Amino acid sequence: MTSDKQVLNSSLDKVMLINNLCKSFGDRHILINFNLELIRGESVVVLGKSGSGKSVLIKCVIGLLRPDKGSIKIFGKNIPDLNHDELDQVRAKIGFLFQSNALYDSMTVRENLEFPLRRHWIEVSQEEVDKMVEDALEDVGLRHTIDMMPVELSGGMRKRVALARTLILKPEIILYDEPTTGLDTITSKEIIELMIEIQEKYNTSSLIISHDMNCVRMASDRVVMLMDGRCYANDTYENLIKSEDPKIKMFFE
Amino acid sequence: MSLRSDFTAFLNGNGELFSFSLRFFRHGLNPPFEFAEFIKQCYVIGYKSLPLIGLTAFIMGIVLTMQLRPSMADYGVESQLPAIVAIAVVREVGPVITALIFAGKIGSSIGAELGSMKVTEQIDAMEVSGTNPFKYLVVTRVLACTLMLPVLVMLGDAISLYGAYLGVNIHTNTSFNLFWTQVFDNLVFGDVLPAFIKSFFFGFAVGIIGCYKGYNSSRGTEGVGLSANSAVVVSSVMIFIIDLLAVQVTNIFDY
Ligand SMILES: Nc1ncnc2c1ncn2[C@@H]1O[C@H](COP(=O)(O)OP(=O)(O)OP(=O)(O)O)[C@@H](O)[C@H]1O
Ligand SMILES: [Mg+2]
Repeated sequence: MTSDKQVLNSSLDKVMLINNLCKSFGDRHILINFNLELIRGESVVVLGKSGSGKSVLIKCVIGLLRPDKGSIKIFGKNIPDLNHDELDQVRAKIGFLFQSNALYDSMTVRENLEFPLRRHWIEVSQEEVDKMVEDALEDVGLRHTIDMMPVELSGGMRKRVALARTLILKPEIILYDEPTTGLDTITSKEIIELMIEIQEKYNTSSLIISHDMNCVRMASDRVVMLMDGRCYANDTYENLIKSEDPKIKMFFE
Repeated sequence: MSLRSDFTAFLNGNGELFSFSLRFFRHGLNPPFEFAEFIKQCYVIGYKSLPLIGLTAFIMGIVLTMQLRPSMADYGVESQLPAIVAIAVVREVGPVITALIFAGKIGSSIGAELGSMKVTEQIDAMEVSGTNPFKYLVVTRVLACTLMLPVLVMLGDAISLYGAYLGVNIHTNTSFNLFWTQVFDNLVFGDVLPAFIKSFFFGFAVGIIGCYKGYNSSRGTEGVGLSANSAVVVSSVMIFIIDLLAVQVTNIFDY
């Protein structure tokens, strides 16, 4: 799967390019000269233990945190340099699945899905909005929950609704922050399958943050290991499991 | 040593609250305005707290009248009861009690709501969805509090005086008309206006402190409870401080 894709993309259409990214909180250096690239249609998993700064990385990418140094180029635009309106335009093309789902508690599922649509695309008719909301819910198999409140849903359903909300703007890049944490093995497999399905259906590029081996095995074209703020390894899953390096082996046991 | 660090922490907290308020004015005055959310918050904040405020105001009216009666009777001015209760309610008891109940109900719910939105990344989610969460959440709530509390205070005052009418009639037989004539004959503009103005400040304080505490909630569910709690405590104290300042300012104009 990997090799065909990379041949196909021999033009190296890089949708995201992170260069020498540094971020620290006080004197705690979380990211130190971190590098990463993401090619169109590719799915990269960032692997790292808890507290290694994976969420910090992904929040720098979407512009929620400001890096101290380095560049993050998405579609050729450097995120830290953009003003507010430009940033919104780039964000409209990026989906972000939050670690805690971040569904709005006070809104129904329908309103949750409408929110990014109404905010990013001001001129859409109500019929179009309804259609897109229904389609997105259809994609995740939860059409019937449309008028429910998030508290009425199970953990797995909430994750799916959150995924539907990220999908609704038809993003070109999806950032997943630990999509399977807190879910049982079966549900997390379903979520991973759904992610792969979406990837193929809409030809999105994905940056997946995870420490779930199933997710790495099933969904990754390439794995980047984040260790002590740096990119420790960058290879395919197949190559990494064969590695003799004890630090890498630690993850695959 | 620890007293000193506590004191610096206190001053730092005040400084942050102050810059949070400045941010409110900066964001609040710049379009686009979140009008629909503002109207919704006015409904939630104003209308939903009316029953509670109405009930406490009514009881306050009755109790205040019954507590004042013996002393008034001792001085032989029992007939002045409606007048004195009206002045007490309109100038002080109404605004302060209403604001305190408001802080307890609305301040804590804003603190908890924004706090849980913060820790479950809902605020971040709004930001990446092309929305300025400060405008959408903070500006609308603070404005709604500032505008709704004066209205609630006026309604509360009126309900209190109905309570007072009941309180007066427990012992003596005063007609409805006579009661209200006595009330309005003794109330002057100088009683009503300062109380009305200070309730805007009370409302602003409750709104901004609730939002500040929620918006800066630390991670975890504990943090949410803590922000709700300190929102009530800090805004209640702030109500008394504003009250103290207000009475000084009013006195300058009175004499
Ligand atoms: N806003 C912040 N202020 C200060 N420190 C922060 C902030 N955000 C994150 N950190 C710190 O940065 C480090 C990395 O946090 P991060 O949330 O990125 O970890 P993570 O790799 O996503 O872990 P997990 O797998 O548990 O989600 C943590 O030690 C955290 O305390
Ligand atoms: Mg994380």
